[in-house]
Amino acid sequence: MIEWLRLALTVAGKDVRAELRSRTALLSAVVFAALVLVVFNFARDPTALAAVDLAPSVLWVTFALAAMLALNRAFTIEKENAALDGLLLAPIPREALFLGKLLANLAFVGTVEAVTLPLFVLFFNVDLGAALPGIIGVTALATIGFVTVGTIFSAMAVRTRFAELMLPVLLLPFMVPPLIGAVQVTARLLAGRPLSEMMGWLRLLALYDVVFVILCSLAFTAVVDE
Amino acid sequence: MTASGSARAVVRRGTAITAIALLGIAAVYVLAFDYTPIEARQGMAQKIFYVHVPAAWSALLAFSLVGIVSALYLWLKDPRLDRFAAASAEVGLAFSAVMLTTGPIWAKPIWGTWWTWDARLTLTLFLFFLFIGYLALRAALQDPAERARFSAVVGILGLLLVPFIHLSVYLFRTLHPQPIVLKPSAPSLPPEMLRTLLVSGSAFLLLYLGLVTIRYGLAVAEEAAEGRADAT
Repeated sequence: MIEWLRLALTVAGKDVRAELRSRTALLSAVVFAALVLVVFNFARDPTALAAVDLAPSVLWVTFALAAMLALNRAFTIEKENAALDGLLLAPIPREALFLGKLLANLAFVGTVEAVTLPLFVLFFNVDLGAALPGIIGVTALATIGFVTVGTIFSAMAVRTRFAELMLPVLLLPFMVPPLIGAVQVTARLLAGRPLSEMMGWLRLLALYDVVFVILCSLAFTAVVDE
Repeated sequence: MTASGSARAVVRRGTAITAIALLGIAAVYVLAFDYTPIEARQGMAQKIFYVHVPAAWSALLAFSLVGIVSALYLWLKDPRLDRFAAASAEVGLAFSAVMLTTGPIWAKPIWGTWWTWDARLTLTLFLFFLFIGYLALRAALQDPAERARFSAVVGILGLLLVPFIHLSVYLFRTLHPQPIVLKPSAPSLPPEMLRTLLVSGSAFLLLYLGLVTIRYGLAVAEEAAEGRADAT
């Protein structure tokens, strides 16, 4: 088990190092997320709708779009120079390989989210206050869910023509349950509601994560092995 | 028998089943207008129920079979399973389209709106999107083995997604009429309505079988033609 985790971390470390050396993708994704926030500000009538009413949906649509961009490139980089074949030749269990790619994607999306959240507070004048730990928690829960499914779909989408279109068409329906849950919990957190009102949603998010992490790790073999 | 010969036989069988199913659906129209009583509150609008509900059943059946057969495919790697899953998804997409068009036509006079984000409407809309995603992925892949493996993964994940979508949209209060046939107590329909619905359900099931058989036969023929093109 320890060995297995070590292999996953090695794969993830490779991706993180490659990203840190160029930084282009990460920077573009952060700028993209900031631009989405700006566009959202102009997509509402400020006299009719208070920023705080729209805030949870703005935050989560931004996160979802940024994650989509990040996932699109997760396996594009493995396609260049047939790097994926090299990775598959390495004596790594497929589940560990999947977990490694998943961790790298989570690091990428998590970084983008970590930069977007303060910008969101700034642009939309939202007072996070005591809600901050809760928001970080629900962001982690929801992000693990859709990045897991996104990782396996990304591996498939790069093999198709129009990969950039194929990934959203496949992934968006799968993003819906985590997004609904995350928006509902975020809205309640911002309104200072008690935890008991969020438990149902949090359980749903946690269940989604468990089911899809297990299922996608197992199904990954079918995607990469002929 | 050659591959294309057996494909032709399968298509012929499918066409025969489809013809019987279409006759059955014609009978449903006659029954719906002549035999069943007019519903007291909904009037004529209720008649669409005899098309809408069986179409929804067939779409759900098609979707479940795609998921189950996909799992079997990853286990057994039998190309027949892959062909069946693809055929079922295509036919299921057609039934979803029937369900999603008849629904709003009924909803406008009864609910006063074409569309509402009710739990079951949202779920069926997502079934439709999942079918489209599944078929789009198939269309975008060249290699048959790869296409079979990838689409099987999407089929399985899709089937597991359905309960999550249902749970998450259910927490918004639902407008949709509650189940009236498959509920714990006895069905609360007048017997004429129930009989017509069951006739319609059988006709739609037969239509599903017929169309899937045709589609399956065509897939066999396509593969045979591709094989010949590769050989020459």
